[in-house]
Amino acid sequence: MNRIATIWLWRAASFAVAASFIALWQLIANLKLVSPVFLPGPDRAWASLMRGFSNGDLWSKLAGTLEHMAYGWLAASIAGIAIGAIIGSSRIMRTYVAPSLEFLRPLPVSAIIPVAIAMLGLTQAMALFVIAFGAIWPIMLATIHGFAAVEPRLYEVARSLQMSRLAVILKIALPSASPDILAGMRLSLTVALILSVVCEILAGLDGLGHWVLLSARAFRSADLFAGVILLGVTGYVTSVAMSMAEHRLLAWQASQR
Amino acid sequence: MTTDKAKEKAKEKVKALLLPMAVLLAFEAWARATHLQSDSLAPPSEIAMALAGAFADFSILTATRDTLFSTFAGLAIGTVIGLALGIAFGISDTLNRLMEVTVEAIRPIPSIALLPIALIALGFGYRMEIVIVAFACVWPILILSRAAVRSIEPRLMEVSRALRLPAAQRVWKIIIPAALPRIFVAFRLSAGIALIVAVTVEIAINPLGLGAGIMLAQQALRPDLMLAYLVWIGVIGYALNILLVVAQHRLFGRAALSGDSA
Repeated sequence: MNRIATIWLWRAASFAVAASFIALWQLIANLKLVSPVFLPGPDRAWASLMRGFSNGDLWSKLAGTLEHMAYGWLAASIAGIAIGAIIGSSRIMRTYVAPSLEFLRPLPVSAIIPVAIAMLGLTQAMALFVIAFGAIWPIMLATIHGFAAVEPRLYEVARSLQMSRLAVILKIALPSASPDILAGMRLSLTVALILSVVCEILAGLDGLGHWVLLSARAFRSADLFAGVILLGVTGYVTSVAMSMAEHRLLAWQASQR
Repeated sequence: MTTDKAKEKAKEKVKALLLPMAVLLAFEAWARATHLQSDSLAPPSEIAMALAGAFADFSILTATRDTLFSTFAGLAIGTVIGLALGIAFGISDTLNRLMEVTVEAIRPIPSIALLPIALIALGFGYRMEIVIVAFACVWPILILSRAAVRSIEPRLMEVSRALRLPAAQRVWKIIIPAALPRIFVAFRLSAGIALIVAVTVEIAINPLGLGAGIMLAQQALRPDLMLAYLVWIGVIGYALNILLVVAQHRLFGRAALSGDSA
C-alpha cells in the first residue's frame, strides 16, 4: 500500500475517534447524566452556533475579539522588534537593560491589568495596552536573543564594508534573527488571544469573552459552548495561519542549508 | 584566573542593577517634587510601606497561600493527566494517531475561555480555579513528555522487551527514568503557566488570592497597595522560576539542558 493512502486512512480513523467522542458527549447530554443547565448536547451547541452566525450576533463578537487581538499583537510586534533590535544590537544596552527585562519576564502579565484599569479606565485603550504589553515580551526577548546569536563573522563583514548601524540591523541582524522573532510572534499570538478574552470579560468590551460570560450569567449553556468552540477555532486558525506564514517567510533559509 | 572571572561576573551583576535603581530613584524624586496625587501611581517608598503593611496584617500572606494552593493543586492534577496521556501516546503510535484529531481540536481552546463553564458548573472558589489551571497545564506536559518518551534510546526499549518486563514495570523502570530530565523541563514550563493562569482567573472573576487582592486595591483607589501587590506577584513569579531552574540543575545537571531546546 502506498504511503499517502496510509496517512489518509490514519487521519480518517482519527476523525472517527473524535466523532465517537462527540457521540459520547451527545449520549451523556441525552441521558441527562449531567444537568443540561451546565452541559448542552453538541446538537444544541451547534444549533446555537448556526443561529448566532445567521443573525450576525456571533460575527460581530468574533470580529470584536479578532480586532483586539490583531491591534494589540501588531503593536506588540512592531514595538517588540524595534526595542529588541535597539537593545540587541548594542553591547551597552545588553549589559545594562537586558537583565532587567529577564527579571520582568516571569511576571504574570495579567497582573498589569489592574494598573492599566487605574490609568486608562475600562476602555478599549486599556485592553489594547494590556494585550500589547503582554504580547511584547516573547517578541522582544526573542529579538534580543536572535541578535545576540548572529554569526559574528557577519558583523565583521559589515564592519569591513563600513555599513551604518541601521544597515547592519536591516540587512544582517534582522534576517538572521528572523526564525527567533517569528517563533516569538507565534507565542505572542496565544498570549494576545487569552488577554483579549480576559479584557473583554473585565471591561465588558464587545467580543467573544464578554459573550461567553453573559451566556454563563444567564445560564444559556448552548450559547456559552458555542462561544467557547468559536474561541478554540480562533486559536487554531490563527496558529495555523502563523505557522504557514513562518514557513513561507523562512523558505529562503531552508534552501540555503 | 577564576577570581578574575568571579570579579567580572560580580561587575556584570552590579551593572544589571544600575538601571532599575536609577529608575526607582528618579521616580521617587519626581513623585516628591510634583507632590504626586494619583489613582494609578505611587512613589516607591510608599509602595514599600504598603507592602510592609500588607505583610504586617498577614493579608498578602493569606492571598499568597490561596494563589499558590490553587496553582500547585492545578499543576499536580494537570501534570498527572498530561504525563499519563503523554507516556501512553509516546509508547503507542497507534493510540497517538487515533487521538490526534481529538487532541488538536481541544488543545487550542484558550484556558481562560473555560472560565465561564467552570463558573456555572463549580461556582466561585478553589475548585473552578484548579480545574482551569489543570487544563492549561495538561497540554505542555502532554506534548513534551510524548516527545521525551519517543526520543528514548531504542536500545533501552529493546532491553526491556528482551527482559519481558510487564508494561507497568517497563513504564516505571525504563521509560520514566529515561525521560525524566525532559519531563522536568516540561514541568518547569507548566509551573510558570499555572501561576499565570491562577492569577489571571483571580483577576478576571474569582474572589481569591493575589489576583483578587490587586483588584481590590485598585477598586479601593490605593495605588500604593496595588503596586505593592504587583511587585509581590513579580517576586513570586521570579522566585518560582529560579527555584525550578536550580532544582533542574541540581537534579539533572547537563542532562536536562538537552530538553530545553525541544
